[in-house]
Amino acid sequence: MASPAPAEATAAAGPMVPRPFRVAARRREAADTWTLALEPADGGPPPAFRPGQFNMLYAFGVGEVPISISGDPAAGGPLEHTVRAVGPASAAICRAEPGEQLGVRGPFGSSWPLQAAAGRHVVVVAGGIGLAPLRPALLGALAARERLAGLVLLCGGRTPEQLLFRSQLERWGEDPRLELGVTVDSAEPGWLGQVGVVTTLIGDAPFDPASAVAFVVGPEVMMRFAIEALLARGMAASDVYISIERNMKCAVTHCGRCQFGPTFACREGPVMSFAAIERFFRTREV
Amino acid sequence: MATMRTIDEVLAELPTFAGLDPGYLEFIAGCGANRVFEAGEHLAHEGDPADSFFAIRHGRVALEVEAPGKGTLMIATLGPGTVVGWSWLFPPYRWSFDARALETTRTVSFDGACLRDKCEQDTSLGYQLMQRFASIMLERLQATRLQLLDVYGEPGAG
Repeated sequence: MASPAPAEATAAAGPMVPRPFRVAARRREAADTWTLALEPADGGPPPAFRPGQFNMLYAFGVGEVPISISGDPAAGGPLEHTVRAVGPASAAICRAEPGEQLGVRGPFGSSWPLQAAAGRHVVVVAGGIGLAPLRPALLGALAARERLAGLVLLCGGRTPEQLLFRSQLERWGEDPRLELGVTVDSAEPGWLGQVGVVTTLIGDAPFDPASAVAFVVGPEVMMRFAIEALLARGMAASDVYISIERNMKCAVTHCGRCQFGPTFACREGPVMSFAAIERFFRTREV
Repeated sequence: MATMRTIDEVLAELPTFAGLDPGYLEFIAGCGANRVFEAGEHLAHEGDPADSFFAIRHGRVALEVEAPGKGTLMIATLGPGTVVGWSWLFPPYRWSFDARALETTRTVSFDGACLRDKCEQDTSLGYQLMQRFASIMLERLQATRLQLLDVYGEPGAG
């Protein structure tokens, strides 16, 4: 009897069993942030994913953390994750050199509703590392640009040095298919871009609020103000989507740690319509 | 051929002055003059008398502050349609920051003392202008608070 293919074997093992992946490449994005390209160590194909989904990355012997996929879903190559070192597990993942192995479970969760954006303006608002989970959606939107009324990326960071994907941002800045606004919280005089919070870009951004759909990711405080600014432009809450972050352990609703009101961030999220969660988003302790 | 426009026509298109009675616009325009700043040129220096303010028509302006040991820090950039300066409204009428053109910047520069006098003469105009400047201040205060939170310094999404 033939043995199952590696990917089939992993799928049969269930969603709680990590599949070994090898670090194929590693690129520094900022002082504490790295993008890792991961390929299956078992020789099988990497799993397909939708923009906005996440994987559980496991630094063996240290810990496991949920990390959004930052690569292009259409590219089909190694899985890309952009990771900021904020704790022992994420720091260990960032330290992983090419050739080292990490465990991967996933992909999990909901995705950005790119299909529903046909014929509409897509407004992407990213703060800090929030650009990473939005990158697959941006790449998908650019690939389908002729089906959209417009595409706007508003991107904020702490300083110019801490902006992610800087060379790609520069290319996007010259791409006529995309309206790009970049701003940082503070900068030295050599910086020729804007200085101020990302929400200040929303008021003058070139999109029609009546026909726009917005994707927002960043620290929760930033998202609150960004949503307020989008609603002030006249957008409907049901057209604003955010990616929420909660403490996750199992990623398959068993542990309950990521419960968000009546939903689970790992199952109904991480991408959710603001209209669906507005009540809980403004509630403390949820 | 470019059309010459009067300052009150230009003012009517700036968000700060939009919707004001045409008579008031003409009144305010009497205190204004077109000024162009080349890239790197200062509109104002910290500590100097704030006898004017600027409405940006085209271009961008950086607000900067000198921080000991850190050099010059850029704390905000302002673009077309926005107003630079409100120190002309309140004693001691001195600029709190440097304002520097980042590119060729076309502005309408207003004589603050002239406008204060007109507001004193016509308190209805004064109230309307104060409402508009208070709205700008609120917007900038909220943005500054968000900057102060340093939200990207904390673990974020992803």
